[in-house]
Amino acid sequence: MLSKKRKSYILAMKSVMLISTALTAALVVFLVAFVFIKGIPHISWELLSTKPSYIDGKIGILPDILSTVYIVIATLLFVLPLGVGAAIYLTEYAKNKKIVGIIEYAAETLSGIPSIIYGLVGMLFFCQFLGFKTSLLAGALTLVIMNLPTIMRTTQESLKTVPQSYRDGAFGLGAGKWRVIRTVVLPGCVDGVITGCILSVGRILGESAALLFTAGFAHSLYGILSCLVNPGATLTVALYVYAKENGEFEVAFAIAAILMALTLLINLSATLVGKYFAKKREL
Amino acid sequence: MGDILTAKNLNLWYDKTKALKDININIPENSITAFIGPSGCGKSTFLKTLNRMNDLIPNVKITGEVCYKGQDIYGNSVDVNELRRNIGMVFQKPNPFPMSIYDNIAYGPRTHGIKSKVKLDEIVEQSLRDAAIWDEVKDRLKKNALGMSGGQQQRLCIARALAVKPDILLMDEPTSALDPISTLRIEELAIELKKSYTIVIVTHNMQQAVRISDYTAFFLLGELVEFGKTDQLFSQPVDKRTEDYITGRFG
Repeated sequence: MLSKKRKSYILAMKSVMLISTALTAALVVFLVAFVFIKGIPHISWELLSTKPSYIDGKIGILPDILSTVYIVIATLLFVLPLGVGAAIYLTEYAKNKKIVGIIEYAAETLSGIPSIIYGLVGMLFFCQFLGFKTSLLAGALTLVIMNLPTIMRTTQESLKTVPQSYRDGAFGLGAGKWRVIRTVVLPGCVDGVITGCILSVGRILGESAALLFTAGFAHSLYGILSCLVNPGATLTVALYVYAKENGEFEVAFAIAAILMALTLLINLSATLVGKYFAKKREL
Repeated sequence: MGDILTAKNLNLWYDKTKALKDININIPENSITAFIGPSGCGKSTFLKTLNRMNDLIPNVKITGEVCYKGQDIYGNSVDVNELRRNIGMVFQKPNPFPMSIYDNIAYGPRTHGIKSKVKLDEIVEQSLRDAAIWDEVKDRLKKNALGMSGGQQQRLCIARALAVKPDILLMDEPTSALDPISTLRIEELAIELKKSYTIVIVTHNMQQAVRISDYTAFFLLGELVEFGKTDQLFSQPVDKRTEDYITGRFG
C-alpha cells in the first residue's frame, strides 16, 4: 500500500502536469480561434482577387498572394539543386570527413542566425552590390541562403538512412558511382528532400524581416516574367505593412487567418508525405 | 580444370592493422571453394579483395596480386565495374533493392546497357529460373521485393547476381541470416550453379563447407593456413591448427 504522503505527492504532480498541458492546449486554441474569428469575416472574394487602389480606397491582396507564390517557387528553384547537390557531395563523395564535419557545423550555425541579419546582408550584397535593387529576385536569393542549410541537412540525414547494403548490392553488380546514387540512393531519400522542401516553404511563408530589406513592400501586379525584378510584398510582409503602417487591422487579420490556414495545410502535408513514404518503405 | 582466380603474396591493411598476410591461393574453375575460419580471421576480407569491394572501405592498402583469367585485377587498366560484372557477389544479409522483383533482376542488365524489353524479360525469367525461384514469383514480378521472405530474398539476390552473366559468384555467408530450410535450398542451388559458374563461399558453418564445397581454405589470424580438397582437409588435415579448428578445439 502507498503511504498517504506518497499518494498526495502523486496526486499533486499529476495535477501540475495536467494544468501545464491544459494551459498549452488552451493557448494554441485561443490563438487559432482569435485569429480565425477576427480574420475570417473579412476574407472576401474581392479582397483575394483585386489589387489595392488608393483612388477607390479599396484594399486587395492578390499582388501579395502572387508575390508569395513567386518567391516560394523562385527560392525552391535555386535552393533545391544547390542543397541536394551539396548534400550528395558531402555524404557520398567527400573523402575528408573533418572538412565535412566543419561544413555541417557551419550549416547548422547558419540556420540559427536571426533572419534580419540575412536581410541586411541580402540588401547589401544582392540589392546594392549586384544591383538587383529591391526586388523579388533579391528576396528569393536571400531566402535561398537562409534555407540552404535546412535543405542540405535534411537531405544529408536522409541520405545517411539509406542502408549501405543497397549501395553494396548495386556496386556488386558493376554499377558506377553516379548510377548507384541516381537509381538506389536518391529514390531512398526523396522523403527527406520533400520534408526539407515543406519546412522551407513554411519558413518562407513566415519570413518578414529578411524580406522587408530585400523584396520591399509594393502591392502592384506584374506579369510572370517582370515580377522577379520588381519589388513585392509577401503575405507576411503585407500583414506587417497593413497593421503597422496603415492601421488596417481587419485586412491584417484576414491575412493572418489565411497564413494560419496555409501553415496548417503545410504541416498536414508534411505529415502525410512522411506517412506515405513510411508505408512505401514497409512494403 | 584451370584456375580462374589466383592470389599471389596478397597483403592487406586496414589503416595500420594487417588483416591479410601473404595469401597465395589458386581457385579452380567450375567448383565450389569454401573459406572457413573463426570470426575476424580475414576470410570475408579476402573474399572482398576478389572483386574489389574493399575499394569502398576507406584507408585500405593492398600489396601483391589477384589475377582473374591471368590479368591482375588491381592493375591500372582494369575497369572495376566490368570486373564486378564478371565476378558477382551475394551478401551476408539479403539486400534486394526497394523496388519490384522484376526491376531488381533487371537492374544489372540495365546498368550494362540492355534496354530492350524483350531481352530484359528473357533475362529476368532465365535468372529467376536459374536461381530456382521462378515458380514462386512468376505471378508477382511487379510486387515489391521487400515483401518476400528472407530465404526468397536471398535467392532473388542470387538471381540478380546471375542476371549480369558473371563467371564467378562470391558468396559472403549467404545463409547465416536464414532458417534451416532456406539454407538447404541455397545449398542445393549452389551445387546446381557450379556447373556453369565458379563459386567461392565464406561460411561459419563447417558442416556446410563439407556438404557443398569441393575445396576448402582455412584462415586464421589473417593467414591462409591450409588449402586443399574438402574431403582431404577435413579427414587428414596437414596443419595442427586446422585439425584443432575442425575438431572444435577452438573457434
